[in-house]
Amino acid sequence: MKEELIIAGFGGQGVLSTGKILAYSGVMQDFEVSWLPSYGPEMRGGTANVTVIISDKRISSPTLQTFDTAIILNQQSMDKFESQVKPGGVLIYDTNGITRHPQRKDIKIYTIDATEEAAKRGNSRIFNTLILGGYLKVRPIVTLENVYKGLKKSLPERAWKSLPMNEEAIRIGMEIIKEVQ
Amino acid sequence: MKKEVRLMKGNEVLAEAAIRCGADGYFGYPITPQSEVMETLMELKPWETTGMVVLQAESEVSAINMVYGAASTGKKVLTSSSSPGVSLMSEGFSYIAGAELPCVVINVTRGGPGLGTIQPSQSDYFQATKGGAHGDFHLIVLAPNSVQEMHDFVFDAFDLAFKYRNPVMILSDGVIGQMMEKVVLADQRPRRTDEERIAQDGDWALTGKTPDREEHVITSLELDPYAQEKFNEKLIAKYAKIRENEVRYEEFMTEDADYVIVAFGSAARICTMTVEMAREAGYKVGLVRPITLYPFPTKVLHDLAARGVKGFLSAELNHGQMVEDVRLAVNGQAPVEHYGRSGGAVFSPDQVYEALLTKIINK
Repeated sequence: MKEELIIAGFGGQGVLSTGKILAYSGVMQDFEVSWLPSYGPEMRGGTANVTVIISDKRISSPTLQTFDTAIILNQQSMDKFESQVKPGGVLIYDTNGITRHPQRKDIKIYTIDATEEAAKRGNSRIFNTLILGGYLKVRPIVTLENVYKGLKKSLPERAWKSLPMNEEAIRIGMEIIKEVQ
Repeated sequence: MKKEVRLMKGNEVLAEAAIRCGADGYFGYPITPQSEVMETLMELKPWETTGMVVLQAESEVSAINMVYGAASTGKKVLTSSSSPGVSLMSEGFSYIAGAELPCVVINVTRGGPGLGTIQPSQSDYFQATKGGAHGDFHLIVLAPNSVQEMHDFVFDAFDLAFKYRNPVMILSDGVIGQMMEKVVLADQRPRRTDEERIAQDGDWALTGKTPDREEHVITSLELDPYAQEKFNEKLIAKYAKIRENEVRYEEFMTEDADYVIVAFGSAARICTMTVEMAREAGYKVGLVRPITLYPFPTKVLHDLAARGVKGFLSAELNHGQMVEDVRLAVNGQAPVEHYGRSGGAVFSPDQVYEALLTKIINK
């Protein structure tokens, strides 16, 4: 098993923390993991991305040019990373703010309207765990049990009260993701 | 008991390892991409647990001279910075080497020259391995390629620093500093008392003269040229011993290799994938990863060439620095070429593969 993933969007959307939860979930399942952020002058409102690799073997290169899966959360990231999904790979995106939808015919494409769902529930903080749930529905590389453990591990103790809310968001994310092609 | 596996950034692990190896002090000044080292130390507050001092100096020049002062008292001290900050510190390296003091310096490198970029680079290889300041001296240089090695090499670096009374540099880069991987942390070691240090490493430090011993003098100044020459010869003999005893490297699929890539640190991780790609295409390619950059693993490369390796590619995140040491090692027995990117750009495994084909295999 080897999953090479990029999550890309705006700074402040929880791109890095989504990657961290997933990486920690991989640790809980005894996989090898690497998590490498873009650390340029990105900040709230700028672009941010993280490369996560989860594998049952030792991970060689932590930097990648192509990906099994891309989770894309803004237009700039769509423009940059659509072409970097491997043929037969997966592209998941939130349609909010997307003006040019993906064109590729040789990959599987899913949408998840997490921005809308979070707004509907009046809770923008669950945005990234909704996304994570959608991803796990399509790519169930780690068990839900280990994802919950990874979620807890990746949060400081003072944030543990938000665990039930985020666990529920993961389950909702699994339901609202839609297959486009 | 099975040890806890944690997911941590390379920079955070450096801070944890510094505390756990029983360091007495850290002096630093923030700079991307290694600011998390001091941030993590400040968060962990080791002064409340082990008594370790953590101090933000007003500049890198000040930080390295605090290291110089503390090291002269025999304390286990370190600093960390990134390329431009390390340049500011380099005068101090020469003084510390000249005064024969142990210390650890961490360089989480970024693109240069000048202030350059904040993205990863390996363009400080010359500076790290060829002395990096005035005078006939060397740093011992360790190059980690994983978060676990960031942890382990802090321990190794202090062992080497005290064994040889010489500054040791951990030469990392933005990729290893910023990435998170699994790591197992060592148990906390107690800080050494002066008595323990004297018993283990000898009585040379400034701990206050007692009537039963001669005074200790720590200095890098010697006005008599013949005395300075004699001292330099002693240093050079020390480096010869280091070259003889402390070379470390890792080989990957070199047993039957026709072609060998040489790469260190994060570049070696990328090139491991290149080797896998080349093997899949039917080329017998291997990788030598120097772990100590000084002393450089000369013999293994020389012996591989003597055994019949047809070409070497030195793949570095710079425009050709380590390649000079590879050429010296191979000594004309086979072609040695360089491939690199710089300024903060990082090559991909397939770019190295392309370079291997065009510069070595199909040439």
